[in-house]
Parts: sequence; C-alpha cells; structure tokens
Amino acid sequence: MLDDFMTRATLAGIGVSLAAAPLGCFVVWRRMAYFGESTAHAAMLGIALSLTFELSVLAGAVLVSLIMASSVTLLEGRSLFMDTLLGVAGHSSIAAGLVIVSFISGVRIDLMAYLIGDILAVSKLDLLMIWIGVGVIFSLIIWRWSPLLLVTLSEDLASANGFNPKKENFIITISLAIVVAVGIKVVGVLLIIALLIIPAASARFITLTPESMGFIASIIGVLSSILGLYAAYFFDTPTGPSIVCVASLFFFLFLMLNIILKNKI
Amino acid sequence: MLIEISKLEVKYGSKKVLQNINLTLNAGEIVTMVGPNGSGKTTLFKAIIGAIPFSKGKIKIKPNLRIGYVPQQLKVDQTLPITVERFLKLATRDNSDLKKMVAFLGLKNIYREQINNLSVGQMQRVLLARALVDAPEILLLDEATRGLDQPGIAAFYQKIENISKETNCAVLMISHDLHVVMRASDRVICVNGHVCCEGTPENVATSPEYQTLFGSNIDGAFALYKHKHDHNHDVQGKSRV
Repeated sequence: MLDDFMTRATLAGIGVSLAAAPLGCFVVWRRMAYFGESTAHAAMLGIALSLTFELSVLAGAVLVSLIMASSVTLLEGRSLFMDTLLGVAGHSSIAAGLVIVSFISGVRIDLMAYLIGDILAVSKLDLLMIWIGVGVIFSLIIWRWSPLLLVTLSEDLASANGFNPKKENFIITISLAIVVAVGIKVVGVLLIIALLIIPAASARFITLTPESMGFIASIIGVLSSILGLYAAYFFDTPTGPSIVCVASLFFFLFLMLNIILKNKI
Repeated sequence: MLIEISKLEVKYGSKKVLQNINLTLNAGEIVTMVGPNGSGKTTLFKAIIGAIPFSKGKIKIKPNLRIGYVPQQLKVDQTLPITVERFLKLATRDNSDLKKMVAFLGLKNIYREQINNLSVGQMQRVLLARALVDAPEILLLDEATRGLDQPGIAAFYQKIENISKETNCAVLMISHDLHVVMRASDRVICVNGHVCCEGTPENVATSPEYQTLFGSNIDGAFALYKHKHDHNHDVQGKSRV
C-alpha cells in the first residue's frame, strides 16, 4: 500500500495537519503567529547546515528552530520587543540558510522543495519520521492540554495552581520546532505556519469551547491536505500551496457562515 | 502556619519594589493589605504564588498548599472560545463542590455563557468561584471587588467572611475598600515598599504611618456620599423595602 506515492503523500499530509491543528489553536490564542513564522524561517538555516555537513535534515531543522526560539524567548525584554527580535532572528536565519546552500557544490539542491514542500516525494522513511513527530506532538499537547490552556488564559492563575508557566511554554516551543521540521516535506518552511493558523482560525468561527476548536481545526486541516493534494494532482499545481489554498477556502466559508449567522458565535 | 515570609526583597531590574517584608499567615485568618498604588502589594502576591523570583529572603509555604488566587482582572483573548463551565473545571483538582459554588455565587444563569461576554462584575464572581472550587486553604484576593457597586462589594466581602468561617480558609486580600474590609479583618498590614505598620484594624487606622498615607479620617472620605442601602432590587430593578 505504501508503495503508491499518492498514498504516502496523503498519509504524510494527514499526519502533519493532525499535529498542526491543535498546536495551531495555541498559536492563535497566544498570538504567536509571528513567533511560529520565525521558527519556521530558522529551519532553513538548519536545513542548509545539515546539507553542508551531510546530516539529517529533520534533526538539523528541529535543532536550529529550537535554538532560535529559545534564545529569542530568553532575550525578550532586553530593550527590544519580541516581534523585532523575531524579525531579526527569523529573517537572518532564512537569509543565511539560502546563502550557505548556494555554496554547496556537487548535487544541485532543489531549494523550492524546502521552501514550499514536495509532498509527492515523501519516502517510507520520511513517512515514519513524520508520524513519529506527529505522535510526539499529539501526546505532548493532549497530556498537557489543561495546564497549557490555563497558562494561556493566565500565567498567574497557573502558578497559583502549582504549574510552571515556563515549562508549559517550552512545550509549545518544542512542539513548534518539531511540526516545522516534519512539515518541510509537506508544505515547506514558508507555508507550514499556514497549516497551523488557518484551520484553527476557521474553526474559531463555529466553536464554543477550546476542545471543540482543536477538534474541528484538526478535521479542517486533514480535509485541506487531502483535497489540496488531489486538486494538485488533477490540475498539476504545486502541492503545498494547493493544500494551503484549500484551507483558505475553508476559512472564507466559515467566515461567511459567521457573518450570515450575525455573529451568533 | 500556611505561609511564612521573612525578610523578603523583590527587585524589578535594579529597582527594589519590596524590602524587608515579614508576614506569617495561619489557617482561618483574614488579613487585609492596604497601601497606595505601586506599593508592591500585587508583587508580593506574585512572589507568594511563585510567578516572580525574589532577590533576598525566604518564603516558606506549607507543602501542597491549595491556593485560591483571584487576580485583579482577567482578559481572555477573543480568539479563545471558552464557557464559564469549562473555565471553572479547568485544571482544578476536585470539582465536586462546583454545583454548590455556582449556586452560592449566583452563576447559574451565566454558566454556559462565553467568558468573553461577561461583565466585569460577573467575571469577578467567576474568578472567585474558580478559586473556591479547589477547596483552598488560603485565598489570595487582589482587589477582587473591582467593577462591583457598593452593595455588591459588601455582599462580596460577606461571602468571603462566611467562607472563611465555614471552611477555616485563610484570606489574604489587597483592598481599597478600607471601610468595609477593615471591620472583617483580623489583621491589617499597611504596605508601601515595606511594611509601614500592622496590627488590628483599630490600631492601624489610628497609627501615624497609616494616617500619613491615607489621611486621618477614613470615614470622612465616605461621608461625601453616604448611600444607605435599605432595600433590595428585584430582577427588573424595581426596589423592594
């Protein structure tokens, strides 16, 4: 079954969107869209370094994203605001990554594959890595769901309840780094954050509890990757952008629904 | 002994916000903290719940102390859909008393409302309910009556006093409603970066340090507007004597 490239691609897409959607809810609630974006950009530097030293691209991407996200968090408050720091770190990482890649001679590297993904080229090993990553993120988010939600609502309330907000925040950071890394093959570093934010934002229009928002976002994410993938197959369009386009259609659909129902939700 | 703070010092950058704070709280005690804005009262609360680090001193807390914390306010992002019910059940250890608490604080009609749609007063009661469902051994109230009207404030403190008596729960509260809270408090602590004075409400109100901060006659401030609420309002707002 896994010998068919479309099957592998579909499974990869489902996996990444399953992990991205509930995590994406936290990104939306905590207004971390730009944080996620910069984490993803940092992955490009990780990819470049991995290619230079012939290491695992996945590990390189996770590591560099994580280092960038953690150092920005530590530096916050030192006379520069978070978004400025993120802008500096994220953009310099992606720029440095692209420059480093240009030095690598020999095998010509298809940059576009890393920037917007190449889901049709997912191998069995890739698929395994994706689903391991998905498993890790899913278990982390479900295990820490309540404390994470409480920290999101109020760090002080969480502290009073005996939780450590820093520890919970780090769970979000590490999950972001992993989802970016496993999402490279599927939608690439430029579009992975779309897969986090768009399903979550769409789900917001029709949900009343955090749990239902996470659940509906996952469904929207999975549907987007399946429909996007097959649309790309039939219309011969790039897969990553097609998946994101379908997700955006869902967003507009629910936005219209919300307007028509006169903000009842 | 629930909490024992000794020689606490908290710095924001190089600025000392609190210094030489000594405070012991025992079960069932009601202690009120008064002090001008920016005097470090909220900072002390944050140090107690472990939300901020401190530079000197010690905070000894009874192991596994159940703290019910009511912050000054809670703003929930519009993007986060959450009902009062879900919020009250969120990460609380034991919510078997939830129904009783909801009835006690009059939250039944807003139980399924979105938190975002609540008024300030409703939100305050929800926050109190959340602090109480965990059967706290100590309640920390940070200006918990913000946004409540005069009768609301009186009713709020009456509830706190009843809960404290009934469950032997200690209460440490920051308040500007001096005339109301002082009567119910066992002790009053006047904070202004350090502890200015402390003692029984009568002693503190007549101490020179307190009078420098708040003036000599607290009742005088309220003499301008004496609202004797001798009737109740029904749901439509009509008054009944």
